[in-house]
Amino acid sequence: MNLVIARPEGLYCPAGDFYIDPWRPVERAVITHGHSDHARWGHAHYLAAEPCLGILKARLGHINVQGLPYGQTLEHHGVKLSFHPAGHVLGSAQVRLEVNGEVWVASGDYKTQYDPTCLPFEPVRCDTFITESTFGLPIYRWQDPTELFDQVNAWWRANAAQGRPSVLYCYAFGKAQRILASIDASIGPLIMHGAIEPLNRMYREQGVVLPETRYAGDVEDRTLAKTGLILAPPSASGSTWLRRFPDYAEAFASGWMQVRGNRRRRGIERGFALSDHADWPGLNWAIEQTGAQNVYVTHGATDVLVRYLRDKGLNAQIFKTEYGDEDDTPPASDDAASPAEDAS
Amino acid sequence: MKQFAALYESLDGMTANNARLAAVVDYLRNAPPEDAAWAVYFLAGGKPRQLVPTRLLRELAQELSGLPDWLFDECYHAVGDLAETIALVLPPPTHSVDIPLAQAMTQLLALRLLNPPQQQAELREMWQAMDRWQRLVSIKLITGSLRIGVSRLTVTRALAQIGKLDPKEVAQRLVGYTAGQAAPDASHYLALIAPPDETGAARGGQPYPFFLAHAYAQPLDVMAEQLGPSDHWQVEWKWDGIRAQLVKRAGEAWVWSRGEELVTDRFPELTAAGMYLPDGTVIDGEIVVWLQDRVAPFSILQQRIGRKNLTARILQQAPVVLLAYDLLEWQGQDWRQRPQRERRAQLQEVVAACNSPALSLSPLLIAPDWPAYAELRTQSRALGVEGLMLKAQAAQYGVGRTKDVGTWWKWKVDPYSIDAVLIYAQAGHGRRANLYTDYTFAVWDKPMGAPDRMLVPFAKAYSGLTDEEIRQVDALVRKTTVEKFGPVRSITPSQVFELGFEGIAASTRHKSGVAVRFPRILRWRHDKPLQEANTLADLQELLTPAQPPSSIA
Ligand SMILES: [Zn+2]
Ligand SMILES: [Zn+2]
Repeated sequence: MNLVIARPEGLYCPAGDFYIDPWRPVERAVITHGHSDHARWGHAHYLAAEPCLGILKARLGHINVQGLPYGQTLEHHGVKLSFHPAGHVLGSAQVRLEVNGEVWVASGDYKTQYDPTCLPFEPVRCDTFITESTFGLPIYRWQDPTELFDQVNAWWRANAAQGRPSVLYCYAFGKAQRILASIDASIGPLIMHGAIEPLNRMYREQGVVLPETRYAGDVEDRTLAKTGLILAPPSASGSTWLRRFPDYAEAFASGWMQVRGNRRRRGIERGFALSDHADWPGLNWAIEQTGAQNVYVTHGATDVLVRYLRDKGLNAQIFKTEYGDEDDTPPASDDAASPAEDAS
Repeated sequence: MKQFAALYESLDGMTANNARLAAVVDYLRNAPPEDAAWAVYFLAGGKPRQLVPTRLLRELAQELSGLPDWLFDECYHAVGDLAETIALVLPPPTHSVDIPLAQAMTQLLALRLLNPPQQQAELREMWQAMDRWQRLVSIKLITGSLRIGVSRLTVTRALAQIGKLDPKEVAQRLVGYTAGQAAPDASHYLALIAPPDETGAARGGQPYPFFLAHAYAQPLDVMAEQLGPSDHWQVEWKWDGIRAQLVKRAGEAWVWSRGEELVTDRFPELTAAGMYLPDGTVIDGEIVVWLQDRVAPFSILQQRIGRKNLTARILQQAPVVLLAYDLLEWQGQDWRQRPQRERRAQLQEVVAACNSPALSLSPLLIAPDWPAYAELRTQSRALGVEGLMLKAQAAQYGVGRTKDVGTWWKWKVDPYSIDAVLIYAQAGHGRRANLYTDYTFAVWDKPMGAPDRMLVPFAKAYSGLTDEEIRQVDALVRKTTVEKFGPVRSITPSQVFELGFEGIAASTRHKSGVAVRFPRILRWRHDKPLQEANTLADLQELLTPAQPPSSIA
């Protein structure tokens, strides 16, 4: 029996008559995490893991939402539903569905690497696993986070020694806080873009320990930035907002930075391959841990992962979804020169 | 190797020239001289020959990573660079050993002497102790594809800073440093940064940096105003050959081409002529094939260069001469600061005294005024030359494209020519419908050495190649197709062509910002590396009036 099917509105559970991370407005939406491509506006009823409520309310305002602690079961139209940590961002969850002993798990987005700002990914045994595949290629194998943050620290320290502000682009929700919780805050002040600072507050309210940060708009002493680490969303790159940090050095923290060409296309000096998604070994490890014989692959390198899993003897298929709009959006491809261009 | 890989990593992302310079200086200062010797070699563009076949590297990478062909292909497709793909898919290192660059080079160069299983065993062991960037650099070294985003000028400046030297002196010492299959060692590096040498005795066969000409493309009626009276200028034909220096020192003769390549072996006639020159003589000129009292087409010279073995027959069919036009060193003294007219006068005596058929003077052209020179210039095509060269009588011999001590102008018949890269091809019509004969050409959008350089299409050209060349291009297009868009194929850029055109104008309709009139292919520049094709800035320079020459007597 198919506990989840693909519908134009999103992934749908017919037995329970609800959707998981739907991209069109529906009556009942089960939300895996607060990134905007998974948690959209306009549903009548929301259900999410308890620690996800903070971000949902911050992003979507007054919605009709119910929280469920990780691991607790809720029964709805004969479907047993529970949330399990996905290790992606604060409050992110895998959705476990059980009907008559058959178990399906929808992963949402997940990672298997250590992250001090959220609970680690918890493998859940199931018959069918719905996995993301954002970084579903063997070239994506993340460096140990300790080593990676050593590099970030070294970069920041070297800039600070020269009196250059260090601007690090990262996604405002999840990635920014993970960076804050992992870097060596003794190097200099931490200065936040307006898109990030409110989310830091929300994290702290939920008990996540972050070092002291300042909202850029409140920083009056401009010399502070000279040794500072400035976190800003990628959209701030090239904007006038950066004018307040003369002679800044810039870097981008994203899994896509694993490939040099991606960094070059962004025109950025330094890339740190830091992602909140599973890398290739992580995806394969997670799939194996579930013991699932059936795997549905959503957004990312779906074709590659499906073929690879089939070669390993699993029953793998693609679920076409509309995720992947906000978090870790792949870099835009080159503006290919038109061959038809007439240059006579 | 770790430090060099780190230098490569940081240069890979840096965009500011002063930051790059600082990074290079920092590396060289801290590296032992034998490592610095190799680093300079690579930074200056030196490439050892491919040491291990690419196929073998890929096989080994797949074996170690356990990836099937299709999955490796997917990875390669996503990365777009084979060395980087391999570096990324290899399993994590098991331990870390930091081998100094020079020692690593010894190991890598030794790979060529091994059989494939031995090569694989060596590589397996090396890779196990290397992180991602070291692997990337080592694979690029092995495949001879290491490109570092640093201009030669940056390397020159870095060395000048370290040795507290005049960059011009360093530029001269660097000539030939990357030539051939050199294996630079500590002494080579130390010689680069050694205190200035007064006598020139230690120079060996080193040539001087070539002084390069700029295009002159102004209307005749402004020439007198811009350049002054024509009799302040030394005017010669612009030969279509290979720019070269003939060096004679310590009983030996060397021939260097403009690419700073030692080509002594290719031109035994010139080496023989050089033996009749006194020691401490360096002549600058153009190598051409000379047949029946005139210059033969460049293609004949090209064919001769293409031959592996110079048989007596080839030497007879395509004999070369060096058309001498400048004297850079005489009696062991550097003559470059002396005025053009003085160098020329002495050159005439030197050539006459040498009395060798392979060494003759590039004749001076004498006309009363600029209009008369313009008239002479119209004979260029018929004589097989490209136009006129204008050299101020009082000017010194500069370095590269500098204009501070004088300017050489090339006043070509075809006022506009650009070295462009072939990027798209389309099948022709009629008789040539089955051949790719219509081409789109591009120039670089940023200067050499800039990271993230892209090719911008600017002209289409249909004519100018011989049938044989068209067949060659056709085969190349089929072999290197990247994508097909209807009848058009995009190809992996690899070939440079010299394009001529009659006019150029700014245009917002074109991606390049310029529109050229009647473009055609002047010749296939087999000798030009892709990176040396012209840039958008060069094209735009043709739009604006040339600067008046900076020094006129
Ligand atoms: Zn997400
Ligand atoms: Zn997602």
